[in-house]
Amino acid sequence: MAPRAITVAILAMGGEGGGVLADWIVSLAESAGYYAQTTSVPGVAQRTGSTIYYLELFPEAAVRAAGQEPVLALMPVPGELDIVVASELMEAGRAIQRGFVTQDRTTLIASTHRVYSMTEKTAAGDGRVDSQALLEAGNAAAKRFVCRDFARIAGEAASVISAALFGALAASEALPFSREQFEQAIHGGGVGVASSLRAFAAGFAAVSREGATPVVGGARQPGPFPLDLAARIERDFPPASHSILLAGIARLADYQDALYAARYLDRLTAIRDADAQYGAGGYPLLRETGRYLALWMSYEDAIRVADLKTRGARFERVRREAGAGPKHVLRIHDFVYPRVGELADILPAPLGRWLLATAWARRPVEWFTRRGRVIRTTSLSGFLRLYVLAGLRRWRRRSLRFARENRKIEEWLALISALAPEDYALAREVAECPRLLKGYGDTHSRGGRDFDALMGALPRLRRLDDPAGRLRKLREAALGDDSGGMLAEALRQVTA
Amino acid sequence: MAERSFKREVEKLRLGDGAVFRGEGILAVTKALLQAGVAYVAGYQGAPISHLMDVLTDANDILQELGVHFEHSASEATAAATLAASVHYPLRGAVTFKSTVGTNVASDALANLASGGVTGGALVVVGEDYGEGSSIMQERSHAFAMKSQMWLLDPRPNLPSIVRAVEQGFALSEASHTPVMLELRIRACHVHGRFAAKDNVRPRFTLADARENPVRDASRIVLPPASYLHEREKVEQRWPRAQRFIAEQALNEWCAADAQDFGIILQGGMYNTTARSLELLSLADAFGNSRVPLYILNVTYPLVDDEILRFCAGKRAVLLIEEGQPDFLEQNLHAILRRAGLAARVHGKDLLAGAGEYTAAVLIQGIVKFVELYAPRLLDRERFPSIARAPETRPAAVAAVDAQVHARPPSFCTGCPERPIFTAMKLVERELGQHHVSCDIGCHLFSILPPFNIGATTMGYGLGWAGAAAFHAPAGGKRALAFMGDGGFWHNGLTSGVGNAVFNQSDSVLVVVDNSYTAATGGQDILSSQGGNPRRTTRLAIADAVRGVGVKWVRTITRTYDVAAMRDTLKAALTSPERGPKVIVAQSECALNQQRRVEPLERRQREQGKRVVRERFGVDADTCTGDHSCIRLSGCPSLTIAPNPDPLRTDPVAAVLDSCIGCGLCGEVAHAAILCPSFYRADVITNPSAWDRFTARAAHVWIAFLQRRSDRRLARALAAAGHGA
Repeated sequence: MAPRAITVAILAMGGEGGGVLADWIVSLAESAGYYAQTTSVPGVAQRTGSTIYYLELFPEAAVRAAGQEPVLALMPVPGELDIVVASELMEAGRAIQRGFVTQDRTTLIASTHRVYSMTEKTAAGDGRVDSQALLEAGNAAAKRFVCRDFARIAGEAASVISAALFGALAASEALPFSREQFEQAIHGGGVGVASSLRAFAAGFAAVSREGATPVVGGARQPGPFPLDLAARIERDFPPASHSILLAGIARLADYQDALYAARYLDRLTAIRDADAQYGAGGYPLLRETGRYLALWMSYEDAIRVADLKTRGARFERVRREAGAGPKHVLRIHDFVYPRVGELADILPAPLGRWLLATAWARRPVEWFTRRGRVIRTTSLSGFLRLYVLAGLRRWRRRSLRFARENRKIEEWLALISALAPEDYALAREVAECPRLLKGYGDTHSRGGRDFDALMGALPRLRRLDDPAGRLRKLREAALGDDSGGMLAEALRQVTA
Repeated sequence: MAERSFKREVEKLRLGDGAVFRGEGILAVTKALLQAGVAYVAGYQGAPISHLMDVLTDANDILQELGVHFEHSASEATAAATLAASVHYPLRGAVTFKSTVGTNVASDALANLASGGVTGGALVVVGEDYGEGSSIMQERSHAFAMKSQMWLLDPRPNLPSIVRAVEQGFALSEASHTPVMLELRIRACHVHGRFAAKDNVRPRFTLADARENPVRDASRIVLPPASYLHEREKVEQRWPRAQRFIAEQALNEWCAADAQDFGIILQGGMYNTTARSLELLSLADAFGNSRVPLYILNVTYPLVDDEILRFCAGKRAVLLIEEGQPDFLEQNLHAILRRAGLAARVHGKDLLAGAGEYTAAVLIQGIVKFVELYAPRLLDRERFPSIARAPETRPAAVAAVDAQVHARPPSFCTGCPERPIFTAMKLVERELGQHHVSCDIGCHLFSILPPFNIGATTMGYGLGWAGAAAFHAPAGGKRALAFMGDGGFWHNGLTSGVGNAVFNQSDSVLVVVDNSYTAATGGQDILSSQGGNPRRTTRLAIADAVRGVGVKWVRTITRTYDVAAMRDTLKAALTSPERGPKVIVAQSECALNQQRRVEPLERRQREQGKRVVRERFGVDADTCTGDHSCIRLSGCPSLTIAPNPDPLRTDPVAAVLDSCIGCGLCGEVAHAAILCPSFYRADVITNPSAWDRFTARAAHVWIAFLQRRSDRRLARALAAAGHGA
């Protein structure tokens, strides 16, 4: 067969070391008797955009035999790639989309971790793409698909992903070079050699071990829960709802106390009965109501925030995340911005109402809360301030906000119970509407307004066809942007 | 101090006869300039030739040894005007810039230079930023060569050809008294390859020789009647001389010229892609031995009529591979053939794409159509590459990727000081509504993309405020806002924007983003850079310059991360009752350069046992409710999302990656926009002092006691449930 170049494309994002990986391959190839050419189009793409590095390798022996230098291409040709390395899963998808990965010849080496795109990150709800679909596309498109979480592998070796990918490339045996030759290229690079070699070895080992395509995501465990309430769930509620209800009682016992968690189950009995009678099995109404009821009953007030911020487990988590070892001193600073409304919320209801209605009392509080504050929670004074606030938990049931939320919760539950016999699908959609109630401050008020707008539109919706579908569209519109424009437009369309 | 250091690579510039040079295309150009005995080099940075400027900066010692003068020009116009040194003196000079944007700026000087002509070789190295990944409007440098009648080299994109083009370019320039442009496409600039080096050559005639023995010749100055004579000279003398030189020195190349009764004429820069296309169609081998005749134009302007006629004689048709539009070469080719009465048909943009980059896919499909018309027997459809075959329907699992792949446009880096300016602008918009925003060129232009979506137009480098010139606000009217980087400011914005606004008594607002470098081109120094530079004058304040041309309302923000101050200053500028031009100088060092400066320093300090505080932000997942407002006001690569650890919540939470450099924006935004209490800043102190350790331990004793108390309460609550339920 006529000699031809080995073709390699590396898809990476700016700053991920795609260039370093390309340079290693060049020095590897040149020292192993190959012509090597690499090109890239950095430009502004180096600022976090996707970048393609393209390499061609050509044996010097064939050059000597022909007595002529080879002509090497400067850009990848779809369908003509031997190796594609993707530093991240969506980039692997991009390579597949561009036709770089083909079943007849391409070895695709990809890291399965995700670096989320701006579109995924800025969605108000969940805008993430389907990693499983990307993995399946890799399996379908490539001759051989080598995928591991190389970001984690590199992180564990305290090095960069390019080194782990270089190790994977060596282990894949897609290039005609030995492991020693690969390692020599890292030595030749001269920067961070020891840590790069560690990550290289880890990447090599991860690929050498036979393993199935990794499963994305994992089951999340609820915290500890009151055992007798768990027994009650076991006894009185259908199995399909158990995982959510267990998580619910765990959360509410943690939030307030076991009595409060018991109240949660009390509230759900009516929904359970309605679902048994009007649902088609599987208890989706009970599950979704159970999910959002638990979240709503554990609304985030200043007490809750102070409670969570002062816990020992949290200090440990921050220490871990910040990479602080036993020899380091760690200081945690929390950014809080309590406002007069939020302070009134945790006062006993009459006092809270009085404060909000009384200008001379409110003004000094407003002056005191005119700016955000940074509390050093690891100092004793900072800690105590939050600790005392968290201690107000025992009076929470009498607070202004508790009364307000309680009333709205009861209205919502009553609405679901009333709707279920007439329009089960609509009841389910109503059960999911508290998804809009999130955030703090302005974000939370906006969510509350959107929720009220949706509930207000219900009577109108019920006179039209497919009210459940319409309500879902309204909810999605509310989550679609935070200026409220999409929701207003969707509401106009509904009334039109 | 540029983003990338070439300290190690520049040693390759010392290689001499017999050594093999291995490296990047742009480094090879530098080496070729030294081998050609260049006396002076100047330029303005910009992809893809930024590295050429950075290499020359780092090669200062070598340049001094050889007596070569090197300047960072204030603009491309300055760079082009620098070539005036070659008008009267036998000095070889080279300038470089990004094209076509830089060539646009330089065109006045280039036109004057080309009119009078040169004595010493004058080479303009243009980085043709065209095609995938380009950051500018898609135009051709070819037009500039034609309009000023400068010769245009477009060599094959391999190192030996590029190096040869530099040497030949100087010789051609001297032989025809005409400046020569050397066009390098973006991939050629960044290609890694090898060539046989030669010794560097000291300039035979030096700048000192010229300074000490000045010469003038009024016939070289563009003023009537000399200018009319220049035009005749160009056509009657310089053009034929150039054509003769190109033919005699065989600058253009031929391959299998008589193998078929049809052939391909191509720009040298398109050679490798064309050769690969032919190889994949089994019409050539891996070494470029083609079965289809090729005429390779390493000089694309002027064309050599005799060579064209020789190639086309006896051919039924030729395919012209000319990237970009308008189709200048195709029109020229038609004219040459028709004038000579040759019947060969000309194909080009009829079979290839009318616009856009000529990728292998475009070329393969075009070449197949061409060969099908004239020699279908040469095509072996069985062995066609997949790109030339009819598109197969992709398996469903593969087609499914389309919905899972998002575009990844460039964005502000982690910790970028420009991001908070636009965060503040978003907050201002919430209060005052949208304003007309005129943008400039530079990193700050990323504001037009999500999540900020700020900015309506960009008219060129330094032209941010000029782009808002028409929007003079009457009293009480909404003011227009313009952005400009420090790079654009010194390039021309001080006169075209600030001076213009003062002179015309404009009532609008300019924000100068002062990050101490021309950050978008790779972090080169400018007049207002804060770092000391032994060979350049820096540390001059933009605010002083602005006041110097007469602006009265000037505010300086010395820390852009202070979002509240930034927001209030923007609001003040947009609403102040004071009339007239207003300038806000928003200062903070480019984070990329700051990290490059500070990181090695801190690493050394840590190793020496000195106290180092590392700040990094984090999000408490259990208080984050997953609405992502913080991300919509930031867009930082380090601020991302993560699966929600809460089994009840489905929406992902915000999360801060380990790449966080603790710029502080997350906390400032949480406060300024009153977002949520989930953000924390962790200060990790390495080699803590005795006081650090003592205070931490003292607090820890009490805190741990209270935390154990809470844990016990929780345990009791769980156990006591039986009584409650």
